[in-house]
Amino acid sequence: MNLAAATNENLAHTSNVLIYSSMAVYTLAFFAHIAEWIFGSRSKVGRTAAALKRDSATGSTAKAQVAQQGGTAVLDRPKVVTRSAAGTRDVPDGPGAAGGTFKGDLWGRIAISLTVLAFAVEAGGVVARALSVQRAPWGNMYEFSITFSTVAVGAYLLLLALRKNVRWIGLLLVTTVLLDLGIATTTLYTDSDQLVPALHSYWLWIHVSTAIICGAVFYLGAVGTLLYLFRDNYESKIASGGTPGRFATSVMERLPAAKSLDTFSYRINAAVFPLWTFTIIAGAIWAGDAWGRYWGWDPKEVWSFITWVAYAAYLHARATAGWKGRKAAYLALIAFGCWLFNYYGVNIFVTGKHSYAGV
Amino acid sequence: MSNLNTTDERDLGKAGEQLSTAPREESASSVPAMGVIGWTRWFWRQLTSMRVALILLFLLSLGAIPGSLIPQNSVDELKVQTFKDAHTTVSPVYEKLQFFDVYSSVWFSAIYILLFISLIGCIVPRTGQFVGQLRGRPPGAPRKLTRLPAYTTWRTEAEPEQVREAALALLRKRRFRSHEAGDAVAAEKGYLREAGNLLFHIALIVMLVAFACGQLFKSEGGKLIVEGDGFSNTLTQYDNFKSGSLFDNDDLTPFSFDLDDFKGTYERNGPQRGTPRTYEAHVTYSEGADGKPRKKVVEVNKPLVVDGTKVYLNAHGYAPVISVKDGDGKEVYRNAVPLLPQDNNVTSTGAIKVMDGYRDADGKKTQLGFQAFFVPTFAGEGSGTMFSQFPALDYPVLALNGYYGSLGVDSGLPQNVYQLDPSKMTEFKDSNGDQLKQRLRPGETMKLPDGAGSVTFEGVEEWASFQISRQPASGWALTGAVAAIAGLAGSLFIQRRRVWVRAVRGADGVTVVEMAGLGRSESAKLPEELADLAVALHTVAPTAPDPEPEPPSEEPAEGAEK
Ligand code: HEM
Repeated sequence: MNLAAATNENLAHTSNVLIYSSMAVYTLAFFAHIAEWIFGSRSKVGRTAAALKRDSATGSTAKAQVAQQGGTAVLDRPKVVTRSAAGTRDVPDGPGAAGGTFKGDLWGRIAISLTVLAFAVEAGGVVARALSVQRAPWGNMYEFSITFSTVAVGAYLLLLALRKNVRWIGLLLVTTVLLDLGIATTTLYTDSDQLVPALHSYWLWIHVSTAIICGAVFYLGAVGTLLYLFRDNYESKIASGGTPGRFATSVMERLPAAKSLDTFSYRINAAVFPLWTFTIIAGAIWAGDAWGRYWGWDPKEVWSFITWVAYAAYLHARATAGWKGRKAAYLALIAFGCWLFNYYGVNIFVTGKHSYAGV
Repeated sequence: MSNLNTTDERDLGKAGEQLSTAPREESASSVPAMGVIGWTRWFWRQLTSMRVALILLFLLSLGAIPGSLIPQNSVDELKVQTFKDAHTTVSPVYEKLQFFDVYSSVWFSAIYILLFISLIGCIVPRTGQFVGQLRGRPPGAPRKLTRLPAYTTWRTEAEPEQVREAALALLRKRRFRSHEAGDAVAAEKGYLREAGNLLFHIALIVMLVAFACGQLFKSEGGKLIVEGDGFSNTLTQYDNFKSGSLFDNDDLTPFSFDLDDFKGTYERNGPQRGTPRTYEAHVTYSEGADGKPRKKVVEVNKPLVVDGTKVYLNAHGYAPVISVKDGDGKEVYRNAVPLLPQDNNVTSTGAIKVMDGYRDADGKKTQLGFQAFFVPTFAGEGSGTMFSQFPALDYPVLALNGYYGSLGVDSGLPQNVYQLDPSKMTEFKDSNGDQLKQRLRPGETMKLPDGAGSVTFEGVEEWASFQISRQPASGWALTGAVAAIAGLAGSLFIQRRRVWVRAVRGADGVTVVEMAGLGRSESAKLPEELADLAVALHTVAPTAPDPEPEPPSEEPAEGAEK
């Protein structure tokens, strides 16, 4: 074995060690998040119920909120009054998992720091893998999975850094990442190696990387949608005079308002949809070069198409009276389900031209 | 959008109208007027409504599913046959439902044709409406600006006309389309959203039409070429050929190419030993009937492109060079015979057919046939079975057994060149009376019994097979795709919004400025933008000292009456 091959083997080994280490750190982050939620449950905020009860009792004076424009350079700056659209609930966002408690917040911050660390380690693992094979680190499902979770966490941390209200995703995200990495390192593991000639193309960089980004970000959107459905359920229960269970109250209470969650997932999905369109088109161009036809209804192509149409249906639903809200949310979940099936299902259960991806 | 479909819409009057060109939803229960025209109109309205478009989209994705789970004729007919043999009960049902041809089935076509009729029926009026909106001016300010999603007000000592003029200049500078209407300035921005949305939907139509043209006019064929041989693009030269229903033979691009060399390398170590690493076909091609010869390397992802026709590298294999001498020792046959690979290590089989020119020991004319079995890397003696251990030419061995008699090629039935039909032939026997079989290394010769001549394994050439295809209108499909992405980005990332600035003299002689904004959806950006504008306008019209401090934000009356 020559020297270069030995170096590569070392790198591949380093990559594996890094991935395992990141799993350990993610596990710590997971427990820190749990602690955050537990400590947070001790706060008794009760904002949602209060807001909703007052709403139905007194006929809403809460509709007008003042958005104070910051800055003292100009005295007497005009204040902008915002009004929610009629017919929407006007509920403030929950305080987050920490519930405004000091200890909860501390654990939450620890969890995020650990997530940052785990992300760095995992990203190192992905890069080492790429170096060991001297190509894009997404030639098989194992590599696809580790890159996928790295990107999902990266997107989440980026949103946090941009001061978006996304801390509520933390626990679910870390849990999913652990699941994803667990499956990747056990059942999907493939030794680091070169690719068959059909994959030697710069389209591998373009098409597959955007596919991974789309999946990872669609995933964040799907989490938002799912929580929206729960939270919406909870809010309407309170609004109609019901009392949700204690556990449900404790958890739902701390999430953002249903409307915020809905807006969050819409923005995410709408932002990624053009990229997903691009991914499919890039794939078609590549297929044109590799297989002599740009569209041939190969199972992978079919499911990408189905996913695309399902997201288009979701975007339409949002613009159609009688379909926005919960119905549109179900469509969004179905669409993400299609994406997941395209990834796991088609690779594992269906054979097609894409099946060299190497499970 | 939401704020347009609710009670607000009535409050806002014209101001909230036409912020998009989406068709208005009518309730499904609205019963049509009697008569054919009434029904037709009703049907057309339903078909072009957002709700039906949504349902059709959903059906389209649902309908695409079976085609990904059940083998398709268009992809692999052999697989379909295997499936039919294995599932004799469901297959007839599937056949009836066209599940083996989902993407050309009646029902799938019906869904997408309806969807595209709906799409056209939607785009045409929307485009007209949008052009109307571009020609017209943003609607004037609603009576009560306080009802809008973002609102601000202040009192200033500047004259109302002065404020309006400043507002007009400011809004124009920020690229709002604006004009003065009565006591207020009306402005609107973000028309690219609508334009992008229309562009996207039109691009979808372009893509579909391009795809359909591609299917109708396409041609596609395969050709196997041994190193040193060539191909010129006429129908007769193809090994197999398929074309769309509107294809014409004259559509074939005139060009030709020779395969100079084929190079394949394979992984030598590790668990993926034997996996192909590079495939390169070195060709010399010339365009037109007698163009200048040029060189090119064709790889799996890098086809040779000649005037819209693409030549793809498909597969490769080995072609042992065989020479045959007759009873007189005269060479009657010399050819590189392509054999078909049977596994990943290129264990190959095929047939060698000596049609004419051969005479046996007695000088009688007959034909010869050999079954050939070839491995590029032989495992070694003694194992009995002969399977290749590696795809490269490390230790090639050719095994032959022979027949004489009639090859049956004149029977009129098409013959598979890779298979021998020994029904009218007699086996060569060795001295023990067993079938004559021999393993040969390159350069070795197998003697035929009783002075019937000899067969020599001279060496090995490689062959490559190519797919030569032409799919017109791919350029259009690509243009449509790019336009679709651009349109989508415009449609999803741009907000369309309106701003009004009203300035009137109040009862006490001080000017009251009111500003309000309305977007298609509630967005945090809208109040921010309004605040920015207000701040900018504020430099021209600063706040007047307040006689009695009453901040406008505590004006509860407007929101409370529900
Ligand atoms: C091939 C089928 C179609 C696809 C893939 C598709 C896709 C899309 C997408 C992705 C959007 C999102 C843009 C946005 O939210 O602003 C959109 C918007 C829209 N589509 Fe389609 N569409 C299709 C067919 C139709 C049809 C048949 C109609 C007519 C009824 C239609 C009318 C609209 C309208 C009015 C909007 C704008 C909605 C809004 O203003 O928010 N589309 N379409």
